Amino acid sequence: MSKAVTAKNLNIYYGSFLAVEGVDMEIKPKTVTALIGPSGCGKSTFLRSINRMHEVIPGARVEGKLELDGRDLYGSGVDPVGVRRQIGMVFQRPNPFPTMSIYENVIAGQRLNNKRAGKKATDELVERSLRGANLWNEVKDRLDKPGSSLSGGQQQRLCIARAIAVQPDVLLMDEPCSALDPISTLAIEDLINELKTDYTIVIVTHNMQQAARVSDFTGFFNIEGTGKPGHLVEMDETKTIFSQPKQKATEDYVSGRFG
Amino acid sequence: MTSDTRTDTERSRTDGELAEQAVVPMPLVHGELPRWAPWAILVASLVVVGGILAATGNFGLGLTLVLGAVLYAVATYAVSRFVEGGRKATDRVVTIVVTVAFLIALIPLISVVVTVIQNGLARFDAAFFTNSMRGVVGEGGGGYHAIMGTLIITALAALMSIPIGILTAVYLVEYGKGRLARAITFFVDVMTGIPSIVAGLFAFAFFALFAGPGIRFGFGGAVALSILMIPVVVRSTEEMLKIVPNELREAAYALGTPKWRTILKVVIPTSIAGIASGVTLAIARVIGETAPLLIIAGLTTGVNLNPFSGRMTTLPVFAYNSYAAPGVPREPFIDRAWTSALVLIIIVLVLNLLARLVAKLFAPKTR
Amino acid sequence: MSAPTTTPATATPSTKPVRQLGDRIFAGSATGAGVLILIVLAGVAVFLIAQAIPAFTASPEELPGGRNLAVYIGPLVFGTLLSALIALLIATPLAVAVALFITHYAPRRLAQGLGYVVDLLAAVPSIVYGLWGVAVLAPASLPFMTRLQDYLGWIPLFAGPVSATGRTMLVVGVTLAVMILPIITAVSREVFLQTPKLHEEAALALGATRWEMIRMAVLPFGRSGIISGAMLGLGRALGETMAVAIILSGSGIVTFNLISSSNPSSIAANIALQFPDSTGVAVNTLIASGLVLFVITLLVNSIARWIINRRREFSGAN
Repeated sequence: MSKAVTAKNLNIYYGSFLAVEGVDMEIKPKTVTALIGPSGCGKSTFLRSINRMHEVIPGARVEGKLELDGRDLYGSGVDPVGVRRQIGMVFQRPNPFPTMSIYENVIAGQRLNNKRAGKKATDELVERSLRGANLWNEVKDRLDKPGSSLSGGQQQRLCIARAIAVQPDVLLMDEPCSALDPISTLAIEDLINELKTDYTIVIVTHNMQQAARVSDFTGFFNIEGTGKPGHLVEMDETKTIFSQPKQKATEDYVSGRFG
Repeated sequence: MTSDTRTDTERSRTDGELAEQAVVPMPLVHGELPRWAPWAILVASLVVVGGILAATGNFGLGLTLVLGAVLYAVATYAVSRFVEGGRKATDRVVTIVVTVAFLIALIPLISVVVTVIQNGLARFDAAFFTNSMRGVVGEGGGGYHAIMGTLIITALAALMSIPIGILTAVYLVEYGKGRLARAITFFVDVMTGIPSIVAGLFAFAFFALFAGPGIRFGFGGAVALSILMIPVVVRSTEEMLKIVPNELREAAYALGTPKWRTILKVVIPTSIAGIASGVTLAIARVIGETAPLLIIAGLTTGVNLNPFSGRMTTLPVFAYNSYAAPGVPREPFIDRAWTSALVLIIIVLVLNLLARLVAKLFAPKTR
Repeated sequence: MSAPTTTPATATPSTKPVRQLGDRIFAGSATGAGVLILIVLAGVAVFLIAQAIPAFTASPEELPGGRNLAVYIGPLVFGTLLSALIALLIATPLAVAVALFITHYAPRRLAQGLGYVVDLLAAVPSIVYGLWGVAVLAPASLPFMTRLQDYLGWIPLFAGPVSATGRTMLVVGVTLAVMILPIITAVSREVFLQTPKLHEEAALALGATRWEMIRMAVLPFGRSGIISGAMLGLGRALGETMAVAIILSGSGIVTFNLISSSNPSSIAANIALQFPDSTGVAVNTLIASGLVLFVITLLVNSIARWIINRRREFSGAN
């Protein structure tokens, strides 16, 4: 069920403002791809354009092509709602639904879309998803408690469980650890390593050590200056990016000489 | 400020003082009034003012308190300035002024409540809640017809205002962009400022067009109240929807949920407590309206449960009319007016408490 | 996904708006509700104007009072503005002080209870305040008004002679002040509570006393809130019907004498008093006066909003 994502000469606009320019990227199935770069370089915008979440902001649009296993995600007649069912997302700050219990949060994807399933099948789905998110043992005795009763790290894993419960092909993560303490971060990183056997994962991170630890491929985004569009400078295997990048800008950034 | 930037004047000042103060240029301990001092000044001020007034033959409790408070403020300032310095003295005077203003504001508000309860209890009996005024000329009778009228008209108004108000708020927060949204926001603001009597005139002008100038009926009153209620519902619901974090909406979208389901199943449930209590307060706000109902719902002595035909009395109108146009003897009418006012206050009180309860019950649990 | 897919249709011709049926229905009904409000408000304006026109076109003899429309409505406008102004002048400083007391001076445990009580009093129906004004305040203020005439009679405001019943413009103003006091207090309290703790602590850390902290942090932050609260109260006082109707027996005069027995009525009170017994052009005249009242309150609200919007940039209260 894991699929490839391909961007071809992708431009992303907010109204008339060109936010990201000319991205060509090949994301292979069952890999972890990290997107790094300074703040405001467009890596989050690019990530959100993959499941059309950036359209939440009015006036947002793209030019160029973005494909999921060869199918155009922005083709005519494509429903962004349908795209998001296949490409899940985990956000910067854990955001469990406050009106729902842990159990309900996991099956929120179904519940919100009014899909009915048998009690047994639902129970299995909840257990499978929570196990998949390494959270089952911690919450199995209190599934009826509100999601917001968990700690920050647990909440984030609950959100991951919620995202994988709809069985997406691709999982996008927008700085999933930036609001967490080091121990919770470690738990999430371990989880990412396990998840990549089933999913294509794209993760935006500000933490270069994290990118080096969890990813197979790394893309470096940069921006020339304020008001200029962000662009993909270089993308390669993570080892290569961190040891012998082709571009001077990449080397400066990963070695901390970014000015 | 470091020592080398000190000016000459400062240096000369410290030079002139004791050596130990040069080591500690800014003493931590100031002169301070003992804790009993303000009370002593207060008592002394009151005694002095009372004494002078009594000696001149002008003694009155109110006057003593007012002049006493003034003297208290002046004396406190003087003493505090002498012992503690000017800034502290100003602070003390402001404290006195604020507290006194609070007490002054309290007097009429307490008086309102006490008066209504005192006068209202005289007829706060079973007969008031079961009898109408049909055929009653003096003693007895009650406000049953008015209570029913109030409930029916307010319920109808709520039935019209709540869906329109909430949907409009949803439009403004979730969908509204561009010119239409700005126009609606502006005109909801305009609507907030419509005087209640103008709302009544509108309902009258509207229905008189079809039914002639003699038209008086309950539904017209409900329409007038809706005009007053809708903007309140829109505003409070809007506020509540706005504080639902965008992250929750995004989380739902990312699960492939269409927008309308996101609103219905995530946004509104998250803010339902605030919406419900806002709606309850809006009801409390219109249930006491008098003027528009006086114009379009009219006045009658009997029970009328049909809002679409015939005049319909409401509690505030009943209270007003009983007081302003009493029969002979006067007293039973006045008593009924006060009891109506008391019942109104109780209804408003209950609705307010209900709003808080609702907010607590529906609020998302965190534990 | 409404907006994003509709606007860029020219840039990406391949993208057509894709929306589910449920989305269309829901968005449609929400938009419909908003549009309905616009229609209703347009209806209010149209019907009021339509019903007011006969009063403008009628010959003076047909109008109540037998003079022209301006002579009839003028004193009412004066009475409306005067009573509301008195109320505002009395209520605003008191309300700010009460709000400050509740938020910054009262013991914390007491403060929350007081907040509830203020909110509750703001919701008490105006007819209750009217009854209180005529039954309690009017007789109680007689000696006070007599003293005003004795000592301050040389000011035209207190020229007297004092009304024997105590039903005077001053009493109306005070009653309205009592009525709008909780409203202004509730709004101001809300804003004062929202003062960023950081600002307050910054002031205290500079060694400010409590009052200096309030002057440096709380009042500048809350200024637009106070103004909007006061304007809300002013709007309420301008449109207040029953309290004025039940206290004053107005006549069509214009006078600044606040404590005599002949007083101008207010627009709203005049409508309430005259409407039940009016027919024909008299009704149209009352509706015309209602229109004038609407315009006045609209002006007040617009000014308030203008002030708030202008201040917003400086106050940091957004």
